[in-house]
Amino acid sequence: MANRITLEVTRYNPAHDEKPKFESYEVPLRKEWVVLDALNYIKDHLDGSLTFRWSCRMGVCGSCGMTVNGVPKLTCATFLSDYAPGPVRVEPMKNFPVLRDLVVDTSDFLVKLAKSKPWIIRKVEKPLDEEYLQTPEQLDAYKQFSMCINCMLCYAACPVYGLDPLFSGPAAIALAQRYNLDSRDQGASERMDILSQHDGIWGCTFVGECTEVCPKKVDPAGAIQQYKLTATMEWVKSLVLPRGAE
Amino acid sequence: MINPTEYLPKSYRARLSTYWWLTSWAYLKFILREGSAVFVAWAVIVTLLQIHALRGGPEDYAEFQNWLRNPVVLAVNVVSLLFIIFHAVTWFNLAPKAMAVRVGGKRLPNLAISGPNYVAWAVISAAVAWIVLRG
Repeated sequence: MANRITLEVTRYNPAHDEKPKFESYEVPLRKEWVVLDALNYIKDHLDGSLTFRWSCRMGVCGSCGMTVNGVPKLTCATFLSDYAPGPVRVEPMKNFPVLRDLVVDTSDFLVKLAKSKPWIIRKVEKPLDEEYLQTPEQLDAYKQFSMCINCMLCYAACPVYGLDPLFSGPAAIALAQRYNLDSRDQGASERMDILSQHDGIWGCTFVGECTEVCPKKVDPAGAIQQYKLTATMEWVKSLVLPRGAE
Repeated sequence: MINPTEYLPKSYRARLSTYWWLTSWAYLKFILREGSAVFVAWAVIVTLLQIHALRGGPEDYAEFQNWLRNPVVLAVNVVSLLFIIFHAVTWFNLAPKAMAVRVGGKRLPNLAISGPNYVAWAVISAAVAWIVLRG
């Protein structure tokens, strides 16, 4: 294995660049290094102005999402040696506005996440000294969707989100479903009103790329299709029983 | 969105190319899968034409069969068959993702949902073939 590898990194300074351009950097190729290590090497030794987000460097915080050779990846979980002999192209995450270099504006996702009401909603609160008990089977029903680290790689992979910025997106819907399936939650109908709209769950055409790129195996595509089934059953029930039977 | 300020004058928004679906094999497979609906519609049209020809009598039906033998029509129908098979296979393989059926607390494996679909497809196809070919 050669001991150097070239990275082609997007550089963009909004103050004086019209559009992003690539700059090449040669970094050491260490067997255990990930792309994030290479970016930190560039910042420490080659070009201190390179700007990028990262935090935990172990795949749990969701900060370091970027596009590596065209694929959305967490750079802390992407081994440099897998791309030898290179070059490795590192770009900011797709489908988000680029603020600077590899940093994108994620505020759109945060707005949509808030619309999903990702918290336990109770119609009737229990008194403070009573617990909400939950069996392992009840936990199992939503656990997979609770693994989301909000890294937004699914938004970068979703062509619907790229084409229609109004689409709620995979993570927001998967997290809504996480709370809908939680036995302690009573807010399913509140979320349904917001999400079962044209740009909510119905914007999804089941491309499935979100599930492919998810680093935590959340399967947002599955969550959305299950939600579509639930929404359809609710609509049928509302026709048959207009006044509802809770 | 973040509004431009003195220290953050603007952001760069890349436009998604019209040919985004050519940039990866997964996207191309998705567009082909969606496009197969056109060939499913064509198969329905051919079936309706066949029924219409049946009602017309033996000469009408012979004309229909001649039309089917036209090389262009034959080629289109062969391509349609391939797309319809692709449509059915992708549909059956995606169905388990949309239905999280839990039995005794554990989720059923994907084959438990896609398997019966394939079996039903094979059985119905065999039955139709037997009815059509025995005469």
